[in-house]
Amino acid sequence: MQTDEPETSEKKHLNPHLWVDLYADYLYAFAITRLHDENLVRDLLQETFLAALERKDNFEGRSTEKTWLTAILKNKIIDVYRAKSSGLKKNVLTEQDDADFFDSKNGHWNDEHRPALFGIEQSKALENKEFQKILQACMKKLPSLWFAVFTLKYIDDESTQTICRELKVTASNFGVIMHRTKVSLRSCLQKNWI
Amino acid sequence: MKELNANELKKIAYNCRKATFLIEKQQVEKITAREQLELKIHLAGCSICVTFMQQSLVINQMVKKLFQSDAIKLKLDDSFKHHLQKRIEDHLEKN
Repeated sequence: MQTDEPETSEKKHLNPHLWVDLYADYLYAFAITRLHDENLVRDLLQETFLAALERKDNFEGRSTEKTWLTAILKNKIIDVYRAKSSGLKKNVLTEQDDADFFDSKNGHWNDEHRPALFGIEQSKALENKEFQKILQACMKKLPSLWFAVFTLKYIDDESTQTICRELKVTASNFGVIMHRTKVSLRSCLQKNWI
Repeated sequence: MKELNANELKKIAYNCRKATFLIEKQQVEKITAREQLELKIHLAGCSICVTFMQQSLVINQMVKKLFQSDAIKLKLDDSFKHHLQKRIEDHLEKN
């Protein structure tokens, strides 16, 4: 494997000639796991490199080249998320929309979605490739706004404030989305596993 | 903290939607002492939501694993890499 994060001595400089060799696969994997759209991802990679060239004088060497490029790409991905979700009329969710997971009157689990033990209660399930595959498929089925909110929070460690601002989601909707996403992922895993 | 009356206690004890909402909420932010108590009361009597909580935490870890871009063996094809390289070199020459 290549050493793609040069330490101290090279940290302050950018070397665009090596960007494709060093980072293209990484950035591609980063984007395709978030957008699932081959052509769009290719466009974004190109835009990322070109945008980085445009502003390479702004690079202060406080982060590595790789982190800096990834941040540029991530902003472009957030732009896509925003464009996708702003087209949706129904960005407002209420807890009542959970009616299919829970009984709307008393909040009990509905039969179809009630959690059962099926092997993902302990972290040893992490090693199970089948679970990973099913989970991946389940994630692709999420509404795009939910997917965006959920991954920005758990994968990209963005603050709730940033996510709400960028994706124009209210704080209370944020909570509802996080809840529904998890309930739905869990249910999907169980359904496809058993 | 306000005392929970019997009616409120009953509502919490049986409301799995509320309990799972709190389970998710506490994974991303601090929940209030009252919410903690509500959740504790619910979980004491609801093994289904205990299972949910265990599975929810494992799902978080699984999702993180799915997104480790360093470990993902997806590769861009060479022809597109050449294309990218050329765009970069062209740009560098121009400037």
